[in-house]
Amino acid sequence: MKFKSQKVAYWFFALSMLLLTLQLVYGFIMGFAHMGYDGLHDFIPFNTARAVHTNLLVVWLLSGFMGAAYYIIPEESEHELVNVKLAYIQLITLAIVGVIAIIGYHFNYWEGRKFLEIPRPLDWLVVANVLTFLGIILATLYKGKKRTTTALVMTMGLVFAALLYLPGMIWFDNQTMDSFFRWWVVHLWVEGVWELIMGGILAYLLIKITGVDREVIEKWLYVIVGLTFISGILGTGHHYYYIGAPKYWLLIGGIFSALEPLAFLAMALFALAMYRKGEKNHPNKLALNWTLGTAIVSFVGAGLLGLAHTMPQVNLYTHGTLVTAMHGHLAFWGAYGMIVLAIITYSMPNMTGRKLYNTVNGSLAFWLSNIGMIGMTVAFGVAGVAQVYMERIMGVEFGDVQKEIQIHFAILIICATMFSVGIGLFIYEFLRYGQPNDEALIKE
Amino acid sequence: MLSKSQARAFFLGGTILTFAVFIGLSWHTLSIEVPKKTNEQNLTQQVINGKHLWEANNCMGCHTILGEGAYYAPELTKAYERRGEAYIKAALMSKEPWSPRGRKMVAYAFSEQDANDLTAFLKWIGETDLNGFPAKPKYKSTVNPSK
Ligand code: HEC
Ligand code: HEM
Ligand code: HEM
Ligand SMILES: [Fe+2]
Repeated sequence: MKFKSQKVAYWFFALSMLLLTLQLVYGFIMGFAHMGYDGLHDFIPFNTARAVHTNLLVVWLLSGFMGAAYYIIPEESEHELVNVKLAYIQLITLAIVGVIAIIGYHFNYWEGRKFLEIPRPLDWLVVANVLTFLGIILATLYKGKKRTTTALVMTMGLVFAALLYLPGMIWFDNQTMDSFFRWWVVHLWVEGVWELIMGGILAYLLIKITGVDREVIEKWLYVIVGLTFISGILGTGHHYYYIGAPKYWLLIGGIFSALEPLAFLAMALFALAMYRKGEKNHPNKLALNWTLGTAIVSFVGAGLLGLAHTMPQVNLYTHGTLVTAMHGHLAFWGAYGMIVLAIITYSMPNMTGRKLYNTVNGSLAFWLSNIGMIGMTVAFGVAGVAQVYMERIMGVEFGDVQKEIQIHFAILIICATMFSVGIGLFIYEFLRYGQPNDEALIKE
Repeated sequence: MLSKSQARAFFLGGTILTFAVFIGLSWHTLSIEVPKKTNEQNLTQQVINGKHLWEANNCMGCHTILGEGAYYAPELTKAYERRGEAYIKAALMSKEPWSPRGRKMVAYAFSEQDANDLTAFLKWIGETDLNGFPAKPKYKSTVNPSK
């Protein structure tokens, strides 16, 4: 760690780990409900569990991205964060808004739009919070000595992510229009601007871990984010096939979204190539695991499993089934979950001065969580494909189909348990590092 | 080989171009096509009230509509056509969790008027032109054995 203010990242990472833990609890509630054990229905109905599960996911990822930015931007711009106190206030308000939203979901206080359930008055608090965050980052970059491509790409991702939140706040009478703009948030986030954030963090980690020349890494970063936008913006059309929008989206969405995996493929090839080219003597091997892991798993989860249902002929049958949940899990995990855990694994020794490199627990955390998540993906996938054939092709009643596929949720729960043990070990290691301190300055 | 400034030009040029096309198509979709395909003239106050109830209660947290939402309960875009008004109102006004096939809905016990509004919303959305979604099953349906 070179700058004192980087320590603030630790608290964002800690918040992130706390919310991740809670997210898993609600995941289990839904997994059991799908299996037929809905004992909590009167207190936490499925729609509450789901809103909490997915919103906690988004908030722990955002908290992780913010922590990453607070850690990376001072180092890249060679300047302390302009206002550390404000960063702590921003952290606390983020936590408070999150908690209010989550509690509200238990009392029917929400907006029933998938992923955007936060009620509008709270949306404004989110906006204020994110503006504060962006203000600190932009002012630091402005005052800093350097403006590297890595920092700029990451910041661009964060700024666009904030802007794209706004279309989700407009009210429409027409459900189709509502859905149309909901995708400007959901799709353009995960298949657009979040990839810039991910690419920026990935480039930073590769520069640090492999020692490959910055110019080379950043050149490829531009190519990757170029591919992302060229395919991803018009690729939004893959959500417009069957919602009451015109037919030309079948063609445009089909072609451009089929190109989206290229950006993820490029990311995986790029990470592996830089690893092979670079020095292999960085001591933090676990950080390397998570870094290469995110490049590979995101290609499988987002790229390949996205491709599996993105053609209109396929999507006509799989649209809105458990097949989507299969892809959603491995994509979110591989691309965004793992990149947050990668930057945490890389930065913790630097912030705390404790070099817990390559511990057994750390390796187990990596392998158990990944194998568990792949198992969950298979369980969702088998349930989803069975659902599609029975319900959509054979015409069997929805409720009858759900009974037939309950068994796959038993497998889901087993794999989810393995995944959770991995996450538990990761958090145990996180706690073992203790808090960051100034003695760790420049010791890296 | 590709230089860094060429790579940057590829990124900026590609983004601006595809973004411009996207905005153009979106404008065409929203201003010309969607009103036709969704029969906007039928979007009465009652339907809008129904949509408010739909959102305020997060029905999308269990059901899908237009294929979006949760995978716990039946897709509802064609619920009106599939079940008819009386059945839907029975589900919405039930004081016990509605669960003829075992899985529970929230017992909303809606008033007659709220149930009518939600039903009007489901009726309206069922008439939207969805480019063929949901596909007709290839085999004889068990959804409505009486047909
Ligand atoms: C906790 C989850 C849950 C929530 C929330 C929920 N539902 Fe349901 N709903 C169900 C389940 C499960 C069924 C299927 C029950 C059965 O057939 O056994 C169902 C059935 C229905 C049906 C009959 C559909 C059919 O094809 O049989 C309608 C209509 C319906 N719900 C409308 C709504 C509306 C409107 C809301 C919001 C006000 C809502 N539901 C909220 C779980 C839910
Ligand atoms: C990291 C990147 C990605 C993440 C996190 C992600 C996540 C998700 C999630 C959560 C959904 C459900 C959204 C909703 O219904 O509101 C979804 C839907 C979808 N995704 Fe992705 N995705 C990613 C990349 C991709 C890519 C690259 C493709 C295509 C090649 C793709 C294809 C699809 C399709 C076709 C759907 C619609 C499914 C349906 O009709 O129900 N995704 N994705
Ligand atoms: C303990 C582990 C977990 C379990 C048991 C679990 C289970 C579930 C279940 C049952 C659903 C609801 C599907 C439905 O609507 O019927 C769901 C939704 C979702 N979960 Fe998880 N989950 C877990 C962990 C995670 C993790 C770690 C992530 C992200 C990295 C994640 C991301 C999502 C997403 C994005 C959705 C929405 C999917 C969609 O709308 O298509 N979950 N989860
Ligand atoms: Fe998408």
